[in-house]
Amino acid sequence: METKHIIMILGVILLTAAPLIMYAGKGEEQGYFGGADDAAGEAIEKLNPNYKPWFSPIWEPPSGEIESLLFALQAAIGAIIIGYFVGYNKAKIELKSGNQ
Amino acid sequence: MHIMEGFLPPMWCAFWYVLSGIVVGYGVIKMNKLMKEQPEVKPLLAVAGAYMFVLSSLKLPSVTGSCSHPCGNGLSAVLFGVPITAVLATVVLLFQALLLAHGGITTLGANVFSMGIMGPLAGAIVWKILKGKINSSWAIMLAAIAADWITYVTTSIQLTLAFPGNNPIATLTTFLGIFAITQVPLAIAEGLLTVILWDKIKELRPDILLKLGVIDESEVPNYTSSLNTSTGGAE
Repeated sequence: METKHIIMILGVILLTAAPLIMYAGKGEEQGYFGGADDAAGEAIEKLNPNYKPWFSPIWEPPSGEIESLLFALQAAIGAIIIGYFVGYNKAKIELKSGNQ
Repeated sequence: MHIMEGFLPPMWCAFWYVLSGIVVGYGVIKMNKLMKEQPEVKPLLAVAGAYMFVLSSLKLPSVTGSCSHPCGNGLSAVLFGVPITAVLATVVLLFQALLLAHGGITTLGANVFSMGIMGPLAGAIVWKILKGKINSSWAIMLAAIAADWITYVTTSIQLTLAFPGNNPIATLTTFLGIFAITQVPLAIAEGLLTVILWDKIKELRPDILLKLGVIDESEVPNYTSSLNTSTGGAE
C-alpha cells in the first residue's frame, strides 16, 4: 500500500463523512439521507399527478432489516471475489519469488 | 440511479429494452468469445463484475442530503469495453430488481442503458483520450468518475424524456438536481477507490492487462524486465 493509496482512502472517508457532518442535528426536512431514487419518484408524482405506476415490484423485502441483509449479501459476494483474486495472486507471486 | 418499478410508461420501457437488448446481446457474444479465446481473463472478468456488485450496494450520503450509490462501471468499461460491461450491469441490476425492489423489471432496460451503456461509454471515451498520455492510474480515475457521473445524467435525461412536463428544461434541471448533483462527490469517491483496485491488479496480474491491450509495457517496467531476464519457459 503506497502513501498515495492511503491518501485516497482518507479522501473517500472524508467525502462520505462530510455530508453527515454538514447535516448533523438537522431534522427530517433537510438532510434525512433518503434515497435519490425515491426523490425522483416523488418528483415524477409532483410533475404528473395523474401518473400511476403501472407495475409494482413482484417481491419486496418485507422489512428494512431484510433489505439490509440482502444489501450486505450483495456487497459480501463482490468482496469475496475481489479478495480471493487479490489473495490468490499475491500468494502465487510470493511463492514464485520464494522458490528462486 | 434506478428508475423505480412502474415509473416509466410502457412505451418507454419497451424503447429502452430494445436498445439495451441489442447491446447486451452483442455483449454476451463478445463475452463468450473472449472467454474462449483468452480463458486467462476470466478472473478479471469476475473481479470487474464483483466490483460493480460491491459499489452498487454501497449507498453513500451526499452533500444534497440524500443517498445514492456509485456504480463501479468504469473499471469494467476500460477493461472489457461497453458491450461486456452491459452484460455485467444487467446481472447486478437483476439482483437488485428481484431481491431488493431497487429498480425494476419493467425499467430494467432503461437502467441497463444508463449504468451499463451510456456511463461505460463515457468512461471508455475518457480512457481512450487519456490512454498513453498520462499514467494509467490517473486515467482510470477520470474514466471511473465520468462513467459514474454520466450514468446519473443519463437517468435524468431518461426521466425527462418520459415526463417532460410543461417545461422540459425545468424538468431536466429538477432531475439533474436529484441525481447529478448528489452524484458528484460519490463519483469522485468511486474514482479514488477504482485507482486502488486498478493499482492492485496492475501489480498482481499485469500479464492480463497487457494481453487485453489496456496498458502497454512501459507501464509495468519491472514485470517485463523480469520476463526478459528469466529467458522464457518458466511457467
